[in-house]
Amino acid sequence: MSTVTTTVALEHRSPVRTLGWAVPALVILLALPFVVDQYQTILLAYGLVMGIAALGFNLLLGYTGLLSFGHSAYFGVGAYTVALMVKYLGVTSMELFLVGAIVACVLVTAVFGIACVRYTRIFFGILTMALSQVLWSLAFKFFWVTGGTDGLRVPTPTLLGLVTGKGDKIAFLATAYYYYVLGVFVICTLVMWVIVSSPFGRALQAIRDNEVRAEFVGIQIRQYRWVAFLVSGVFTGLAGALWVPLNGLTTPDIMHWTFSGEIVFMTVLGGFRSFTGPIIGAIVFNYLKTYAVGYTVYWQLLLGVVLVVLVLSLPTGIVGTAERLWARWRAR
Amino acid sequence: MDIVVIHALNALLYASVLFLIAGGLSLIYGVMRIVNLAHGNLYAFGAYVSAWVVGLLVARAPEGASPSTVLLLLLLPAGAVAAAAFGALLEPTLLRPFYKRAEEYQLLVTFGLLMIIDDVIRWLWGPYPLSASVLFENFGSLGIGDAIYPTYNFLVIAVGALAAVFLWAFIYKTRFGVVLRATSQNMRMSSALGVNVNRVYVQAFTLGCLMAGLGGAIIVPSQSAVLGMGVDALILSFIVVVVGGLGSLEGALLGALIVGVVREAGIAWFPEIELAVLYLIAAAVLLIRPAGLFGRA
Repeated sequence: MSTVTTTVALEHRSPVRTLGWAVPALVILLALPFVVDQYQTILLAYGLVMGIAALGFNLLLGYTGLLSFGHSAYFGVGAYTVALMVKYLGVTSMELFLVGAIVACVLVTAVFGIACVRYTRIFFGILTMALSQVLWSLAFKFFWVTGGTDGLRVPTPTLLGLVTGKGDKIAFLATAYYYYVLGVFVICTLVMWVIVSSPFGRALQAIRDNEVRAEFVGIQIRQYRWVAFLVSGVFTGLAGALWVPLNGLTTPDIMHWTFSGEIVFMTVLGGFRSFTGPIIGAIVFNYLKTYAVGYTVYWQLLLGVVLVVLVLSLPTGIVGTAERLWARWRAR
Repeated sequence: MDIVVIHALNALLYASVLFLIAGGLSLIYGVMRIVNLAHGNLYAFGAYVSAWVVGLLVARAPEGASPSTVLLLLLLPAGAVAAAAFGALLEPTLLRPFYKRAEEYQLLVTFGLLMIIDDVIRWLWGPYPLSASVLFENFGSLGIGDAIYPTYNFLVIAVGALAAVFLWAFIYKTRFGVVLRATSQNMRMSSALGVNVNRVYVQAFTLGCLMAGLGGAIIVPSQSAVLGMGVDALILSFIVVVVGGLGSLEGALLGALIVGVVREAGIAWFPEIELAVLYLIAAAVLLIRPAGLFGRA
């Protein structure tokens, strides 16, 4: 029996059509390091990393209908797990970092999740924010462990036990590490695609659209929300782990709730009512912020105006607006 | 013993300022169900305006002489008035379109506003702290046993207490208060009964901003106005309203007292986990009583 979904928003297209744009996009991402310079490649790597974070975040906002203002916590848990593994265990393998980050994030989100999924709407947002601020203040104050505001340095890791960043760090980040990030990004996107298309993903959307009805159908709302919270946090934590070697340093800033705000911002920028929206939003936001910071000291003002205008006039984000324009153009 | 008294006074000092900020936040939420993430920036705005006005006066004063304390005190509320005017401008233009839309959008637009006001302050007054310490110094200090305590801090505590009393009288004893509470309880019904809801919203928002600005104005002589003070204050007042209950003024008062005491105790005895303890208290209250100690579920 085919499932009949009445949601217009997150409607999934046929696999063939999806491949029609996914394959060219992947080819471009693969070829780009040969075309653009190292700086641009590294910038794109940052964008892809944030794309993973936003993808995870959107499982909660777009698919489950829960607005978390505390995702910086899981990003930070991923990042600090890597930094602490370097500091105390002397680990250099990137794969071990990723495993460590996943384990740490599962533990943290499992506990936080139990508390948070009892609430929805504004209380969910405030609770996630308060809990993330707990972690931020610990990272901020326990400087003998976390380095306080100085943060912790992280050297370039060993990829797949083969490639090391000895020598030219920039070249390493712009080639080997870029492809590593791209690989993880593709895997994460595929996994998320499977999750949201699965019966589990459909159930989440049912909960988002009508909680009471979903419960009547027999969906155990809290358990589903908890699992979604877990998966969402782990994705974001994975992004944090990938982000650290790129940045070379982790500071408490990435745990602060304003960073959570940035994750929300990029997701809405791309459009949280679509699967690809958060990814596009993260990449665009990354460029926007980088150039705004380089261009003026008042970059916050610029981003704030963009956000207000966006929310006022283009609530469906870049992808939603593009789809609407495309549909209108085709209808002519 | 003296130490205990001083700790208690400091806790009251924190609580007074926090009550002004968080009370405004709570009032706004209570009436229009909107969590204003830019609320802390209005507090910062009030602090900057007051420090700026005091600074202008000090610069005008003849060489060596400091301007009269009375005049400075009269000008100090300028920050509160400025914040209120700012609020009266913001509500109809930026917030009104969002009441009927999902909460995500309300939070996002106020988050954008937070970023904007932060930078507008930086643009107007530069990146350096702005001080109004003249007033603080003019007041001198008072001996408590063997210890001394700044006299100005008593004024801050008194303003906080007076604000609480006035607000209570305003909300429970005046006609406007009745309309405000009615709108808060049931917006449609009061609209049907002839209340101009839009006007009530502007008034409530302006009042909330006035309180935040007043908080900034009275604290700035003892602590300079610095960038980032708004975001810090917002988070603390979040804890206050979560503990006390969003939308409840009694709750904001109790929450401010709790947070004030815990902060003061934290700074004295457990400085490393002072902030973490505050956030954990907020989380614990949310878990046990989601609507807060005084909230209406």
